Amino acid sequence: MRISIDHATTYAYDRAARFIIQTLRLTPRSSEAQQVRNWRVETDVDARLRKSEDAFGNIVHTLYTEQPTQSLTVRVSGEVVTTDTAGVVPAGQETLSPLVFLRDTALTRRDKLISVFASEFSAWPPLERLHRLMAGIHGSVAFEVGVTTPTHTAAEVLALGRGVCQDHAHVFIACARQMGMPARYVSGHLLRRDGKDDQEAAHAWAEAWIPDLGWVGFDPANGICSTDRYVRVATGLDYRGAAPVRGASYGGGGERLAVRLNVRDADMQQGQQQA
Amino acid sequence: MAFDEMSGDGGGVRESYRGLARWLADAPEGLLQARSRQAELFFRRMGITFAVYGDAESSERLIPFDVVPRIIGAAEWAGLEAGLVQRVRAINLFLADVYGAQECLKAGIVPAELILTNPHYVPEMQGRRPPRGVWVHIAGVDLVRTGEDGFYVLEDNCRTPSGVSYMLENREMMMRLFPDLFADYPVRPVETYADMLLSSLRASAPEAAGADPTIVVLTPGPFNSAYYEHSFLADKLGVDLVEGRDLFVDDGKVFMRTTQGRQQVDVVYRRIDDDFLDPLTFRPYSTLGVPGLMTAYQAGTVTLANAVGTGVADDKAVYTYMPEIIRFFTGEEPILKNVPTWRCREPEALKEVLSKLDQLVVKEVGGSGGYGMLVGPAATRAEIEAFRKKLINDPDDFIAQPTLDLSTAPTLDKGELHGRHVDLRPFVLSDPNGVRVAPGGLTRVALKPGSLVVNSSQGGGTKDTWVLDV
Repeated sequence: MRISIDHATTYAYDRAARFIIQTLRLTPRSSEAQQVRNWRVETDVDARLRKSEDAFGNIVHTLYTEQPTQSLTVRVSGEVVTTDTAGVVPAGQETLSPLVFLRDTALTRRDKLISVFASEFSAWPPLERLHRLMAGIHGSVAFEVGVTTPTHTAAEVLALGRGVCQDHAHVFIACARQMGMPARYVSGHLLRRDGKDDQEAAHAWAEAWIPDLGWVGFDPANGICSTDRYVRVATGLDYRGAAPVRGASYGGGGERLAVRLNVRDADMQQGQQQA
Repeated sequence: MAFDEMSGDGGGVRESYRGLARWLADAPEGLLQARSRQAELFFRRMGITFAVYGDAESSERLIPFDVVPRIIGAAEWAGLEAGLVQRVRAINLFLADVYGAQECLKAGIVPAELILTNPHYVPEMQGRRPPRGVWVHIAGVDLVRTGEDGFYVLEDNCRTPSGVSYMLENREMMMRLFPDLFADYPVRPVETYADMLLSSLRASAPEAAGADPTIVVLTPGPFNSAYYEHSFLADKLGVDLVEGRDLFVDDGKVFMRTTQGRQQVDVVYRRIDDDFLDPLTFRPYSTLGVPGLMTAYQAGTVTLANAVGTGVADDKAVYTYMPEIIRFFTGEEPILKNVPTWRCREPEALKEVLSKLDQLVVKEVGGSGGYGMLVGPAATRAEIEAFRKKLINDPDDFIAQPTLDLSTAPTLDKGELHGRHVDLRPFVLSDPNGVRVAPGGLTRVALKPGSLVVNSSQGGGTKDTWVLDV
């Protein structure tokens, strides 16, 4: 598929920030499953952008502002041509051993509840186990915006039974690791089937490592494996490692964040899509 | 009877202590006590001087000081030094490999999972090489002794080892209190430590920094228990003591705010743990670090001493593999011994440990400072049983070692000299030109009769450590 992405992140300050530094994981990498075309990173104020790659293989831009800033918008846009791989991530770009993704992090720390929940699935062979885990989370954690924050842990979300895609991913990761299977967080974009091209936030799902297959994408918020409607942007041990923007501002007060995101099928004229 | 630093196994005074024995024999009664009181007074006064930075360190400084030096002869030291250099060289090579090609994991020298899931392994460092390739600029290696040739490494401290200020201050105090004793003894100077450290840090600066790199000491601030040492070291090095908020990162470089504007920083001797260094990479809400510091570090524009991720080399579980690590990376037999250790993660070892808990020391893999450990012979039945449960629940979290009969050294207690158990932490410096050991170290002494726990948090004191020239 040819997926067109236009993603703008705006930080506004009540009191102008003297200086802002941000690390941006907003730019997808090309692979056998996704060809990135005409990707642009733009800002609406004078800022320096430096491109690098982190240890997880993500493309990172570090942004530094050059003058007092009341409002800063970073806009990324471009096209990604995707191929369906039945959820399997093409091998060859991995920088880290899968074992690294057995690590606990603050957001994916396991507790009794996680271990009991995960144990329901452990009898199945690996692939089947993860499919069932995904379905189990899809059924146990209702999608609801506004009840969780980015600091909610997997264990808290499972106990609460509600959350957003990021929370579903964390629960999946914690449970997979609990079963001794490497798992990681993916932030990216989803071309929705319901025609809602304008979205409130970027998407997130999980990948688990299966010995004979490699990394496989599981989207527990939607209960399916990743397809050619998914664009992978960044991976990490959890949300924090793959977060689209992490930043600090000096002297700025009252920070507010607004996100504008449009993900559409580039082969279809706007407005033609079916629900 | 434990080996005594002064009288060995009881057959008379050992060579290195003969001068002290003569001096003690000639000393008028009550002299040591008088000097000991004087020392306390001096330290208190200095404590007050230093209290200008806050109150925390005046209590910190008053860790008991024993006026009887611990003396190490030239030949013994030569052996220790060679062993320490070998060990720290291996640790640097090990870290370069863990964060690089991982040959030692592929060869099965250390289980890959133990390293890659270790809380102190920092994935963000994978594939990175710190400026000039140095990982552990400063190591503090804890040694104990059980006999004439029986030195054992208890722990390799490769993160932000502390205690060097005691080494320097204890010497200053001793020279003030016992000038006559120094006149008779060829004691190697430790005062050169600051110069050694400064030259090591300079030599480890990024190449672009030029001949006169800007160095700072980064402290978490006055509320940190080692703040006194941070300010002491900055002072001795003649460099700025900074907190995270004094630094910022712009365009991939680290800068310090000064009254003359921004100044680029080339080397950060950081006394902040990895987790707190950079809120954009690690713990997000930490205000102790510098946002973007890792970006600059990965761009190679700044040296962090020690490098990020070195904790994986001093982890207690990894420690047990150190002899194999030394053989693998140096091709040599380890000069210094490891304490024989049971890894409770291995079922056979766990079984054996559980069968003789009352004879062993059991330590939490991630613990430090003498907390979270069981000293079998000194524990009550109830304590042992409580620990048994912990061990069965989380065997991976524990290692066990025999209780070593640590050497004793004469120590002043109520006007009399008694043997008290001691350990030794020498400080080892690495830079691109090699590995060096400061001729001395921190001797910690368990002041309670018979006690084997030397940690200051558990009632330990310190002594000056003399390394002799001949």
